[in-house]
Amino acid sequence: MLDDFLVRAALAAVGVALAAAPLGVFVVWRRMAYFGDATSHAAILGVALALAFSVPVFAGTLVVALVVAFGVAQLSGRGYGADMVLGVAAHAALALGLVAASLLPGPRLNLEAYLFGDILAVSRSDLAVIWGGGALVAALIGWRWQALLTATVSPDLAAASGLNPERERVVLMLALALVVAVALKVVGALLIGALLIIPAAAARPLSTTPEGMLAGTAAVGVVSALGGLWAAWTFDTPAGPSVVCAAAVLFALAALVQSVRG
Amino acid sequence: MSALIEARGLAVRQGPREVLRDVDFTIAPGEIVTVVGPNGSGKSTLLRALVGALRPARGKVTRQRGLRLGYVPQGLRMDETLPMTVSRFLNLPRRSSAEARAKALDEAGAGDLADRQMSALSGGQFQRVLLARALLNDPQILILDEPTTGLDQPAQARFYLRIEDLRDRLGCAVLMVSHELHVVMSASDRVICLNGHVCCEGHPEVVAQAEEYRALFGSGTKGALALYRHEHSHHHDHEHTHDHAHDHGPGESCDAG
Repeated sequence: MLDDFLVRAALAAVGVALAAAPLGVFVVWRRMAYFGDATSHAAILGVALALAFSVPVFAGTLVVALVVAFGVAQLSGRGYGADMVLGVAAHAALALGLVAASLLPGPRLNLEAYLFGDILAVSRSDLAVIWGGGALVAALIGWRWQALLTATVSPDLAAASGLNPERERVVLMLALALVVAVALKVVGALLIGALLIIPAAAARPLSTTPEGMLAGTAAVGVVSALGGLWAAWTFDTPAGPSVVCAAAVLFALAALVQSVRG
Repeated sequence: MSALIEARGLAVRQGPREVLRDVDFTIAPGEIVTVVGPNGSGKSTLLRALVGALRPARGKVTRQRGLRLGYVPQGLRMDETLPMTVSRFLNLPRRSSAEARAKALDEAGAGDLADRQMSALSGGQFQRVLLARALLNDPQILILDEPTTGLDQPAQARFYLRIEDLRDRLGCAVLMVSHELHVVMSASDRVICLNGHVCCEGHPEVVAQAEEYRALFGSGTKGALALYRHEHSHHHDHEHTHDHAHDHGPGESCDAG
């Protein structure tokens, strides 16, 4: 069954949607949208470095995403506005990655695959990375769920309950770097942020508890993944952007339902 | 009786500014202590350092081993993007039984709010829910940071009556920050007057007479206090009027930041 490239593509898209869901809700709740963008744009730099040093692309993107995530977290709050630091990091990392990719020896790198994803070229080992990484993200966030929620509501309440809000932030940054590394192949560096935000945003109006919103986010993500892939196949459109478009349509529907209910 | 929380030589920095310095603090079981002081005097900072949300730049904060602490932070709101019922909020970070949650909500005067969304609550309802959460797990001490901000005067009065009543029934200590001076003074065993450091502390009567306190709050509050004393003088045990008031060195003044 896995011999069929469409089946592999569908499994990859669903796996990425499920990996992004538990992180996406926190990105929305903690207003980390630009943080997600900065980290995912840096993935291009990770690709270039990985190819230059002949290490797996997954490892390269994971390390660079981690460095950028922690670097931005260190810089903000030291007299720099958080959005300014993120703006610098997001664009500098993207530009640096594009420049580094052009300096690589050998035939010119097909950047489009890394910028927008290349889901139809997903291999069995890619699938293993996606589902393994996704399971790791789910385990990490599931393990810290209550603490993460408390620290999101109020770092002071978390501290008074004997938790360390700083540690929970590190957990989220680890998860973010993992999701970026896992999702690169499927949607590409430019659209990972969309996959984090849009399903969670679509699930918000229909939820009354954090757990409900997580379930809704996962559902919206899976439906967008399959719907986008179907559209890509039917209309011969690029797969990654089609998945994001499907999510955007679901978001619009949810917003409509919300405004009708008042 | 050993102290529930104790601070020795506490200093807290925020950025380049030392917000608190040389603070010695202790609170005993069952005691009601109120911290007063002008804006920016470090009241919230002191509470946050005592619960462990801020790291001291110098000195040491010691909480009793296994201390059960209920904390109501200042000015908390629930972000609109986070769907959260009152019941779910009470289960953070430790899940508690439905009966325990219902009891805490009742005690805080929020018995009918369990299924409401946190972001849809009014200011007063939100404060009562925060109090309910603080009351879970049978706290040995309640720490309340300006818990009546945003409430109108009758609601404020009811809130403080509820706190006193809870202390009497549960036997927990209460540490609170407030700027409703006359209300607070009536309910407190001890008042700490803070302005970057401890200006003066002691029984409310003593503090109200202290020069340092008057320098901070002027004579305007004196009238309100006098009025209060007149109305409630039978409550006061005047044997308490001793020593704490002037236990800092001479030459220390309150207007230093």
